[in-house]
Amino acid sequence: MNADNANIVEAVETTEAPAEKLIVVDNVYKFYNGKKIVALNGVSAEIAKGEVVVVVGPSGSGKSTFLRCLNLIENPSEGHIIFDGVDITDPQVDINIHRQRMGMVFQHFNLFPHMTILRNMTIAPMKLRGLTKEQAEEKAMALLEKVGLADRAKSYPSQLSGGQKQRIAIVRALCMEPEVMLFDEPTSALDPEMVGEVLDVMKSLANDGMTMVVVTHEMGFAREVGSRILFMDEGQILEEAAPEQFFANPKNPRLCDFLSKVL
Amino acid sequence: MLLMASGLTGLRESFNSWFMKMKDEFTLNFINEDRWKLLLEGLGNTLLITFAAVLLGIVLGILVAAVRSTWDKNKENMKKGLGKGILRLLNGICNLYLTVIRGTPVVVQLLIMYFVIFASSNNKILIAILAFGINSGAYVAEIFRSGIMSIDPGQFEASRSLGFNYAQTMFYVVLPQAFKNVLPTLANEFIVLLKETSVSGYIALRDLTKAGDIIRGRTYSAFMPLIAVALIYLVMVVILSWLVGKLERRLRNSER
Repeated sequence: MNADNANIVEAVETTEAPAEKLIVVDNVYKFYNGKKIVALNGVSAEIAKGEVVVVVGPSGSGKSTFLRCLNLIENPSEGHIIFDGVDITDPQVDINIHRQRMGMVFQHFNLFPHMTILRNMTIAPMKLRGLTKEQAEEKAMALLEKVGLADRAKSYPSQLSGGQKQRIAIVRALCMEPEVMLFDEPTSALDPEMVGEVLDVMKSLANDGMTMVVVTHEMGFAREVGSRILFMDEGQILEEAAPEQFFANPKNPRLCDFLSKVL
Repeated sequence: MLLMASGLTGLRESFNSWFMKMKDEFTLNFINEDRWKLLLEGLGNTLLITFAAVLLGIVLGILVAAVRSTWDKNKENMKKGLGKGILRLLNGICNLYLTVIRGTPVVVQLLIMYFVIFASSNNKILIAILAFGINSGAYVAEIFRSGIMSIDPGQFEASRSLGFNYAQTMFYVVLPQAFKNVLPTLANEFIVLLKETSVSGYIALRDLTKAGDIIRGRTYSAFMPLIAVALIYLVMVVILSWLVGKLERRLRNSER
């Protein structure tokens, strides 16, 4: 098994063959209230290692639900999510193990208000990965240094600005060394002047080769950082293309309409 | 001038006679036959029943709140099967407990405990602890549950997204915040419980209230023993409230 993996990695590196699929979304539906509200209406997608997939669409289009289904924060009503070869929608699978490998960043940060920043970042690696306090804190401090917030390690979340909170939320997720990062409208709750600092952290993360799925309204970010853009409306993926094509050459009429409103 | 002097003297005399009367009353009610020991014994019983019942109430309350909030949070997402069946049954039992306990007076519960359920036992203190603990547990359960439900679902999601399971999420993330939110309500419940134990006299248990009443019955003097009992309760409640206020401030400061 390990030898196989090593071979695959080598093959990817040497021949640049189609990259390994990290997440496969297979025909996923999500209903609320019985079947009255359809949030996801048969969504299929693939996310390869190292890709930055940006999901855009009007509000209520199901893009957040799609993202939240990827780590089963929202349970799909039908369909399968396959993460690194394992069908995580199978009830027999221990989802907690797999969630440790998928970081998530929320619109409203969701830092734990009763813990210091350092504790926010170290509790999961210590309790779930068995790191000692020193190891976890060393890693956390290195990450804080990277996002320029090392001096806030002993602060509580209520003492930080929105942009600082979101940068902490990103590095909190990174402390678990995830293989993919899921971003659920990370800049939507921020004051305009704080959007940039959060996007910068996300950009540098993308440049480091992190696999990312980003739901956002930041078209500039999508164009600049995205390797692929998905357009969702009414619970379906209507168009999927590389950024240049997506913005220059939209095919679906609803995407044309959407772009004409947001650009 | 003379009038004023005689008025003052009169005042002093009436005060002196009042004071002497009070002194006699005090001696009669508390010193004679070591009656203060009755109060002390009663106070001991009241405190013992209250603290033991508080502990029992917290344990019961946490268990019931855990079952109820787990059910409320997970019933939609749980797959059908044995686990869901068991949880549904537990939730039903908890609901029955809450309905019965909150729907009947505590005095009636105490009497049923003493004369029906434990009719063969004469350990009044233990029966009172059980009755008040079980009663308090129902209220504490709802306090805890409201505290758990008041925590932003985002906290829950963030914790689960890091890989914590449901129990770890509750333990590390939800309960510490919930506890802080419900502390004032919880303290109030315990203050109510302390005063509620005064109905222990219904099963002839010598708690603080009963002790005062026994003294009143022996000395035929109501004022001193009853006021003394009231003052003792008042002092205990004031001290408790002060302690809770201190604790609350400390918890709040930890976030600043």
